[in-house]
Amino acid sequence: MYLSREEEAVSRGERGETLRRMMEILVALGDIYGAERLIPVRSVQIAGVSFKNIGDAGLEWIMDLSGRVVVPSILNPAGMDLCRWQEMGIAEDFAAKQQATIEAYRRLGVTIDCTCTPYQLYDSLARQGDHLAWSESSAVSYANSVIGARTNREGGPSALAAALVGKTPLFGYHLDENRKPTHLVNVDANLKGSDFGALGFLVGKIVKDGVPLFRLQVKPVKDELKALGAAMAASGSVALYYVDGVTPSPPNDSEPGEKITLQMSDIDEVYEKYPGNDADIVALGCPHCSHEELQRIAELLEEGKVQKELWVCTARKIADSCPDLVKRIEECGARVFCDTCMVVSPASERYQKMMVNSGKALVYIPGLCGVRAGFGSLEECISVALGRN
Amino acid sequence: MEIKCHKVASGCASGPALVTKDSISFLGNVNPETGVVVDPAHELFGQCIAGKVLIFPGGKGSTVGSYVIYQLKKRGVAPAAMINLRSEPIVAVGAIISGIPLVDRVAQDILKLKSGVLVEVDTDRETVTIE
Repeated sequence: MYLSREEEAVSRGERGETLRRMMEILVALGDIYGAERLIPVRSVQIAGVSFKNIGDAGLEWIMDLSGRVVVPSILNPAGMDLCRWQEMGIAEDFAAKQQATIEAYRRLGVTIDCTCTPYQLYDSLARQGDHLAWSESSAVSYANSVIGARTNREGGPSALAAALVGKTPLFGYHLDENRKPTHLVNVDANLKGSDFGALGFLVGKIVKDGVPLFRLQVKPVKDELKALGAAMAASGSVALYYVDGVTPSPPNDSEPGEKITLQMSDIDEVYEKYPGNDADIVALGCPHCSHEELQRIAELLEEGKVQKELWVCTARKIADSCPDLVKRIEECGARVFCDTCMVVSPASERYQKMMVNSGKALVYIPGLCGVRAGFGSLEECISVALGRN
Repeated sequence: MEIKCHKVASGCASGPALVTKDSISFLGNVNPETGVVVDPAHELFGQCIAGKVLIFPGGKGSTVGSYVIYQLKKRGVAPAAMINLRSEPIVAVGAIISGIPLVDRVAQDILKLKSGVLVEVDTDRETVTIE
């Protein structure tokens, strides 16, 4: 791999041992994937935050690092609401280690926003054509597909290396040649809301790490695109997709080789296969709720009282921007948790069955939390929580 | 005997070879406190990787495996060096953050080597020397 004079100096350890190792990570990955050189990144989003996932091993590594990030860098969700963890039933020792993890990142200059939806917080982190080093699979998908930025799916250490060096190796989704659609997906259905999560749940399984190009009968809104990409990144490993007439276009004259057609009956089957009315908890906000979604949840709850535990997960900045909505939701007995979500928090593990409106959560909850999962629309989820089913 | 290889993580170390044809998922296959392979389905089940030159096709499984390699190193029970046929990001990143020499792109025949033979890995010269 070609390195500039300055990059060579970093490699030789002339800028310190931490940077030398970080550069070694970037060069090793570049070698493995055949990158020609490094390119600057606009921003970094770092995985490896929930103590449930990284454990003592990961915490020790992060605590041992020194240095400062040189590009805007933010975090993935943590294993708990950093303020209201006791209400979540989180054990003291877990909380202490989670706080230590956050402190270790803060010391490196990372902004302490723990969210899977950085694009809902700051427009400046990713614009069309920007190169990024993001980790969280649904955010990677959104950045590549909806924003038209360019990022591979980074692991925790490679994202942190990119943050400290400010660069990433040029391969994969940074290059046009890997951004061509592989599958054409025609959907003959009038999709809305959580249908997009169900669609992603199905298509991810079929295309695996492919690049689907959708032809839809409707124009999905941002939250629906968010749900679609998140589900495909969980049931498959889709990091980029296109929706004809909605998202930025694929590189010119690329025609997908494979064709898939799905009907409304395929989408309906997902709901039928994973009923949620016998759940003992309902959890929304995977990926983190937008302002619009909080608004809709508040309207649906309409001063009712929840009969089952109802969690609404979002980013702290979003909750802080609409305290009245949060208050309306919580007055119905639901809880708005920030910095975390049902997938990465150990708090989920004490329930038997969780109802979600997210194709991504539907994939991960059974394996990562040992909890059965049911799937329904936002409206159905709220009905179940209110005991109206 | 000296064979050529490709440097992934820098350093120079030697030790007795521990050879397996099975890939390794450091998260789950290896106890991070003791360096003992704890997965009964693994060819190296019950063996300790501490201080060995660990020779295996490559890594697999969770990316948390990188941190487990780091934890092994801090507990003093990490391999002295590692040799892969082809390194993938989990083991590569784990070796780098831990300062464990790692090389790859060696001929498949290296997996026929007998465990216990003394092996030296030198990433500056990009060589593996077998006694």
